[in-house]
Amino acid sequence: MAAGHTIDALGQFELHSVLGPVGASVGFSESTLMMVVSSALTLLLLGVGMSAKAVVPGRLQALAEMIYDFVHTMCIEQIGEEGKKFFPFIFTLFMFILLGNLLGLLPFSFTYTSHIAVTFGLAAMVIVLVTGVALAIHGWHFFSYFFPAGAPIALSPLIVTVEIISYLSRPVSLSIRLFANMVAGHVMFEVFASFIVMMAGAGVVGYLGGIGPLALNVILMGFELLVACLQAYVFAVLTCIYLHDAVHLH
Amino acid sequence: MRSIAAISGLAGVLLTSSAFAEGAKKGMPQLDFHNPLTISQVVWLAIIFTVLYVLLSKWALPQVAGVLEARASAIAADLDAARGAKQAADAAIAELTQATIAAQATARGEIATATAAAKDAADAQSAILNAKLEAQLAAAEKQIDAARASAVGALRQVATEATAVVVSRLTGLTADAAAVEQAVGSVLAARAA
Repeated sequence: MAAGHTIDALGQFELHSVLGPVGASVGFSESTLMMVVSSALTLLLLGVGMSAKAVVPGRLQALAEMIYDFVHTMCIEQIGEEGKKFFPFIFTLFMFILLGNLLGLLPFSFTYTSHIAVTFGLAAMVIVLVTGVALAIHGWHFFSYFFPAGAPIALSPLIVTVEIISYLSRPVSLSIRLFANMVAGHVMFEVFASFIVMMAGAGVVGYLGGIGPLALNVILMGFELLVACLQAYVFAVLTCIYLHDAVHLH
Repeated sequence: MRSIAAISGLAGVLLTSSAFAEGAKKGMPQLDFHNPLTISQVVWLAIIFTVLYVLLSKWALPQVAGVLEARASAIAADLDAARGAKQAADAAIAELTQATIAAQATARGEIATATAAAKDAADAQSAILNAKLEAQLAAAEKQIDAARASAVGALRQVATEATAVVVSRLTGLTADAAAVEQAVGSVLAARAA
């Protein structure tokens, strides 16, 4: 919030423990609370939506089926037939990030995807899974991934180095992309909102002048809704592409 | 490429954060790793994500898959039933067409037979009638001939008598019967010729 004449755009990302002393003792913060809420909403959507088991679906069932079909199609198209095994993981990842992004746009809410610790945790999970799958399927042959067949042997030190750096940068780019997108959007919200409050302090002219940043924030909200869905999709689809590489090696 | 973008993104975020954090003097809360809550998030993330994954993969997603499969199989069964019904309908239509063609052929044959029979019967009847009529005609002609012959015989006698009377009245003489008869006979013969 705007304290005096400074803009504290980053205060919204500060963590506080919730649920009183019990929450404090186990490090249960707003971030964790929103993780629980988004997980509960995901389960509620599927549980309530699919409870009718109707052949002709109602609205909630249609929504649940649409998301299911969307992620399922993405898995099969990106990974291939083996994608079915990874579908529950991709679905969990997609819904966790999507609801984290969307719920974070609500007032008084908290965006856990705006914390690098969380996004890096997710990316680390993905990369450990991808490497584990690749090793389980291909064994030692997996390391040929770092040296493409047909490349000149003389260049091998350079190519292998570049390939390893590229492989290791995957979790970094994956986590920072999501983190930076979320932080940037929320910082902009805060900055424009602070402008409105500061303008309002300037009297009648300020009330009129506050309309500008307010309109910008309205437009920004539409844009952020797009970004929230897009970043969840990007994270999921990149995970699928990495899994494809792990299953097929190039 | 991706790593370059990522690093520049990180640099951008850090720059903006330092620009805005001047008032706060604390930097980004996300990078404050001395705060135990920052790290506890990761632990909670692992726990919550695992629970969500297990619940989704064991309970929620199989439900959706079951409904989708049930729908797909129901649609397939309905399509099969419709295809079967269509085949039955096609077969029935073909049978109907065959039956119609056969019935038409039978009817045509029966009509031809009946027509031929009726024609034969009519022919026979008309032949009998013709024969009867011809016989009657022949009998009638015979009667007419007989009547004419008797009439012609009577005419000779009348003519002879009339001639004898006319001769005796004109001449006052009694005409020779034989000569009159001969003369009348020759005249009648000339008329008849």
